[in-house]
Amino acid sequence: MRLQTRKILDRAFSGSGVLAIALMASALVILLVPMFVRGAGAIFFTGTVEHRRVMLEKFERGDRPAVEAEIAAAQEARAPVYRMLADFDRRLDEGDAAYRARYAKPVKELKKALRELFGPAPGSIRPMLMRDQYGQTRWDRARVKRERVIYREEWDYSNPAKAGIRLLKPRVLDFAGTPVEGLFGDLEHNLEKMLLPRKTAYWQFLTDESYDSHFFGGIWPELLGTFYLTVGALLLAIPMGLIAAIYLTEYAVESRLLQVLRTCISTLSGVPSIVFGLFGLAFFINTLHVSRSKSVLAGSMTLALMILPTVIRASEEAIRAVPRTYKEAAMSLGAGRWHTVLSIILPAALPGILTGIVISMGRAAGETAPIIFTAAVSVGKPLAFWQTWTQPTPALSWNIYNLATEHEAVDEVRHVQYGLVLVLVVLVLLLNLAAILLRARIARRMRT
Amino acid sequence: MSEATGRPAPHVEASAFSVYYRRNQAVKAVSLGIPAGAVTAIIGPSGCGKSTLLRAINRMNDLVPGCRTEGKLLFGGQDLYSPDVDVVALRRRVGMVFQKPNPFPKSVFDNVAYGPRLHGRLNAGELAEVVERSLVAAALWEEVKDRLNDNALGLSGGQQQRLCMARALAVNPEILLMDEPTSALDPRATLRIEDLIDELRGRYTIIIVTHNMQQAARVSGFTAFMYEGVLIEFGVTRDLFTKPKEKQTEDYITGRFG
Repeated sequence: MRLQTRKILDRAFSGSGVLAIALMASALVILLVPMFVRGAGAIFFTGTVEHRRVMLEKFERGDRPAVEAEIAAAQEARAPVYRMLADFDRRLDEGDAAYRARYAKPVKELKKALRELFGPAPGSIRPMLMRDQYGQTRWDRARVKRERVIYREEWDYSNPAKAGIRLLKPRVLDFAGTPVEGLFGDLEHNLEKMLLPRKTAYWQFLTDESYDSHFFGGIWPELLGTFYLTVGALLLAIPMGLIAAIYLTEYAVESRLLQVLRTCISTLSGVPSIVFGLFGLAFFINTLHVSRSKSVLAGSMTLALMILPTVIRASEEAIRAVPRTYKEAAMSLGAGRWHTVLSIILPAALPGILTGIVISMGRAAGETAPIIFTAAVSVGKPLAFWQTWTQPTPALSWNIYNLATEHEAVDEVRHVQYGLVLVLVVLVLLLNLAAILLRARIARRMRT
Repeated sequence: MSEATGRPAPHVEASAFSVYYRRNQAVKAVSLGIPAGAVTAIIGPSGCGKSTLLRAINRMNDLVPGCRTEGKLLFGGQDLYSPDVDVVALRRRVGMVFQKPNPFPKSVFDNVAYGPRLHGRLNAGELAEVVERSLVAAALWEEVKDRLNDNALGLSGGQQQRLCMARALAVNPEILLMDEPTSALDPRATLRIEDLIDELRGRYTIIIVTHNMQQAARVSGFTAFMYEGVLIEFGVTRDLFTKPKEKQTEDYITGRFG
């Protein structure tokens, strides 16, 4: 090849390499930045007086007199709204049947929209569901709900060739000339006084139980559940994997059977995780009856099975990479096989083994499919250690999926979902970081 | 003492001893007696079976799959390959130094203490004493006494090899096997090892496999020359190098092949 051609090829290659890395980096930024920003929104947000009320009443948190004063101030700011509604109710009672019929539905809708914004009207009966007992706790959600009060949603299906068009009709037009006409302007201008938004750092998001399907509270049950599942999986997989790896490298006599076994282990690591989930249900729960139904134990076993091939392979590679001369030296000094493994080979292979364990740990923490059938529930209390043998648990990965798709009011809990994502990602990153540091420390001690 | 030859009584004695790797016979019916307390060199070209013979003495060949032996190899009168031999106990009596320095990735102290910890219940003071004595015997103490807790892999190649000798000496063996112990070292480090072998002479039976004929001539009292698995000639080193009985020995030591 001519020199010129070679140079052009070289340049083209390094150029495309740089491009690929730049693409990857930008994809990472595009992925991570919104994740961190929106995830942080679960902890740092503009909270309303309703948030502080929840904190006080459910968690005994905050300065009681101050919060009660705020609640009173907010109630006072909202009073004109409810006064107007009461006036209108009286007018309807006095009015004729036609008047009542005309406004019956619009008023019902208006009251519902207001309930979503502020919670139950003063003096009404306490609703059953917690989500109905309080108004909007987050200022961003409150503004969305205000729009729903001020505007009525209508769909225009007049053109059958097109999808329906959403139209926003101001409700003030529906109520022209009634006592509630002024309500909308009041909301528009005085919502801040009615909800008293304030910058909030809700750190307890990480350590609070969740209430009413994640409408309120934090993600402690999920965090704890993921912790139990991951630790359980590691406790099961590490000893088994290590023993298998030691056997395969140090004890087993090379044979056809051993090669088949190795191939099986490799294949196992490629099996889709949902298959492991189904297997876990069929084998651990339905056949072995490790628990009556889903449990952390069954989930941990399933996850352990899933990560076992990775642990075995990584440990095997690491043990194989230990120089033969170490083993010979130990043996020549009269160390038995087992002692050689324990005192020389395992310590020297530890960095490599750790890497495999950490990769597995991240995977166990993040996998959803294996725990769907074996361990995960969408709502639950944080478990005590001894309950893990019999009880199912919420978990970060499963609840991200659950809140995104199966929750009855996805829009209302979006911030929780992002919070879960952030926590899971940070958790896995921290685990990896810890392992990298640990590995570096051990490797440094080994080298010089 | 055997009156007829004037040599010390044999410490290790092979009679018609053969080693096979699967179907390949690496050592062919070798018979020789290695005198106690002397330095014996085994020389010969690559692949002549000298290392295999050496490794048969502490049964390191057991680690090689498909390895088996024929004939007898006696160590202090006991057959090394009889089924009731405790290999671990045997290896304690037979120390070994390898071709490449192979200290464990541990501290200098832990390297030397590995054997004693394995075999005896020594308290900290006794252990420190054994470590010091071994390092002194390996002529390394002065260089490492202030860095006993440093990782052994930070030592120079020559120091590492002497550390390996100290590690082998720490279990107080009767025999020291050396498998080309200086082939990975520079001339200065080689000289120090050779001096050390000289100092250890008499206290241990030393068997050294070497490529380097000058080394064999310098350090050993007896030399065995092997070629293609067969022991060609065995005798007092000076005699073997000055008036070899066999044509092949002469050709090899004069550099005509090998």
